[in-house]
Amino acid sequence: MNFDGFMYPNEVELQWSVLIVLYPFLTGLVAGAFILASLERVFLVEAVKPTYRLALLTALAFLLVAPLPLQLHLGHPERSLEMYLTPHRASAMAMFGFVYLWYLMAVLLVEIWLDYRKDIVLIMQSSRGLKSWVYRAMTLGSTNISDGALQVDSRAGWLITLIGIPSAFLLHGYVGFIFGSVKANPWWSTPLMPVVFLFSAMVSGIAAVMLLYMLLTTIRRQEIDMRCVDTIARYLFYTFVVDFSLEMLDLIHRIYEADESFRSLDFMVHTRLFVSQVVIQIAAGTIVPLVLLALTQVFSLKPKLRKRIYILAGTLTLIGIFAMRWNVVIGGQLFSKSFLGYTTYKMGFVAREGLLTAVVLTLLPLVILWFLVSLLPPWPARHASVMSTRSPEQLTD
Amino acid sequence: MISFKDAAHLIRLVAAFMIGMVLFLVFRGLLVPKTFGEFGHYRGAALGEIAAQPVSYAGHDLCEGCHDDVLRLKRVGRHARVACESCHGPQAKHTEDPGSIVPPKLDTAVLCVRCHAVSSSKPMDFPQVRAIEHSSGRACDACHQPHSPRIEVNGKK
Amino acid sequence: MNVTRRKLLILLPAAAVAWEYVLARAPESSPNYNAAEHWWGMLLDITKCIGCGSCVRACQLENHVPDAYYRTWVERYIVQEWGFEHLSVDSPNGGKDGFPATPDGEGKSFFVPKLCNHCADSPCTQVCPVGATFVSPDGVVLVDKKYCLGCRYCIQACPYGCRFLNPETHTAEKCSLCYHRINKGLTTACCEVCPTGARQLADLKDPADPVHEFLKTHSVQVLKPHLATGAKAFYNGLDGSVR
Repeated sequence: MNFDGFMYPNEVELQWSVLIVLYPFLTGLVAGAFILASLERVFLVEAVKPTYRLALLTALAFLLVAPLPLQLHLGHPERSLEMYLTPHRASAMAMFGFVYLWYLMAVLLVEIWLDYRKDIVLIMQSSRGLKSWVYRAMTLGSTNISDGALQVDSRAGWLITLIGIPSAFLLHGYVGFIFGSVKANPWWSTPLMPVVFLFSAMVSGIAAVMLLYMLLTTIRRQEIDMRCVDTIARYLFYTFVVDFSLEMLDLIHRIYEADESFRSLDFMVHTRLFVSQVVIQIAAGTIVPLVLLALTQVFSLKPKLRKRIYILAGTLTLIGIFAMRWNVVIGGQLFSKSFLGYTTYKMGFVAREGLLTAVVLTLLPLVILWFLVSLLPPWPARHASVMSTRSPEQLTD
Repeated sequence: MISFKDAAHLIRLVAAFMIGMVLFLVFRGLLVPKTFGEFGHYRGAALGEIAAQPVSYAGHDLCEGCHDDVLRLKRVGRHARVACESCHGPQAKHTEDPGSIVPPKLDTAVLCVRCHAVSSSKPMDFPQVRAIEHSSGRACDACHQPHSPRIEVNGKK
Repeated sequence: MNVTRRKLLILLPAAAVAWEYVLARAPESSPNYNAAEHWWGMLLDITKCIGCGSCVRACQLENHVPDAYYRTWVERYIVQEWGFEHLSVDSPNGGKDGFPATPDGEGKSFFVPKLCNHCADSPCTQVCPVGATFVSPDGVVLVDKKYCLGCRYCIQACPYGCRFLNPETHTAEKCSLCYHRINKGLTTACCEVCPTGARQLADLKDPADPVHEFLKTHSVQVLKPHLATGAKAFYNGLDGSVR
């Protein structure tokens, strides 16, 4: 048994693995990508329009993969349906199952469907064989793409997005609450947890969509819309400042109050969690991107330099937010609830809950996204007539 | 005003959701265990299943039913409150088939030491000895009767 | 049906009586066991524990607990002075084979047996997403291993570290207060074998149970009272240094 000091005998082995780190990371990307999409749809930030559809598809790709780490973690995945059959209303985890379902079915899929409906009908009409049947199924049997119908879609879509924003907040806030409500664990138990999770989710989602947009546009050999990317980066910066402030507030509050857990947690952060928390999450994953983004806001830099900074800042941000999830989940299990000892996390590699599985599950959404992007193209092809459902006039609706 | 024709596809969507919800409720009715919710938010049958686990330790009342010769000795000794199975291990199987399943003879050198080896963590009033000094390595039952271990020396206890 | 205030005034007390009836109808494990008549807990006397580990061994045998996991365990405290820096705690193999001798002069030293506290306001049952762990009508926190998903949320939520995941059944597991024994009139395996009477099963609803008198005449504590778990494992002579 590899531990220091004293641990309750059943605590030495960690219960929640890297897959449970991955899960809030993935759902965070979903919430963040959706918030970015809603910036355009509800708050009419027209500049980020080129990323609207991509953000929705990104959210869907990650949302579809999100349950997988959970299923792989369960002792009895075949019983997971019980969460829907006999949910325990007092349990945040049970209620989350319904929040997930609501968000997937009633928000995300409906919004994507409403926005893409015209394209789906047009593609169906211009294709043959299996492809046409796939698109026919997606139309739900209705091929009405008259102006009136599209107006209805636009209104309904706006409403769905409006409902979608608190739903997205709920989706990831709940994950934060799953940790934040555990009074047995002082590293987790704080009312700030859902809020911190939510804002870090927004940061990661915005960064992810920004990077994906730049990547896909480059692959398509198109010109990156700098006005769009600059606006995204600005929102990333603002959100990051709030996220950083919240995390610092939590830290300062802990240091100041110094309750019975503080000494043990402080020691843990200085030793076992030093690299992942101080070096990766705080220094490289938060301060460096904030400084980089601040530079682009304060100084007028050339587009090429700005692009490079955005790529660097975005990548570091994603690594930093992953590290934050790691520090919460793994960190919360490294110290003993007796506050007298510490254990180590032995992560397997080729194991059901190992590193390789985590890597595969991180890359899988990108594969799904690739598939979604070909199924439902986010951008007009150069010589096709497929356009976004809404014309510029409708944006002022 | 929105014409019905233009909103028809939304109605299809809502209908699809309704069908899904009904299917879910039907599924739920079939799959939820029958005893769920009887006493609280859990499967009522679980209480009976857990209670049906077989017993390994018979309990000293059962031993005393047959072994009253030992009981008479033990009842007035210092081990009066020590249960039989505390030293002899789980004997439920023995009570079911006393003839063929017999508890093994115990090695007092190992057994007694676990409780009576001296340690400053043990309560001061608990009888504890340093085995080497106390008996020069001889087995405990060379001098002590385990069922009533107190030795009378010169009429004093 | 038009539910007027008058009807509600009549319905509510009736419903309350009916609910009491439902609660009382626990499955009888032995013909005359009525769960509603019992409210189980345990009394642990630090002044009597000798750290022999008999309880840990007996529990493992009675409940087929896998090696390296513990439904109950014993901790040894060596307290030289007030303050965490002067505190040393260990539990080699959960105390299953007893403890090596504590040298003299190390300071105040004692043993603390630990187990599930069968909390009345249990945080572990609160977080179970499906209702696989629950408080029985007679106050015992149990796990339905046929229903448990193995999500481990309950293990995270227990402040006392008494839960673990059984590597064979892949379900959460912990002390069941020997539920299969206590409703046949037997005591728990750990209490049966404890040679000094440091562990005693307590029925808080039984007026004849000695625990009532004991609680009135001794300084008794529960672990982590600030978490308000409604713990029902009462410790006599518990030192402030005990975690």
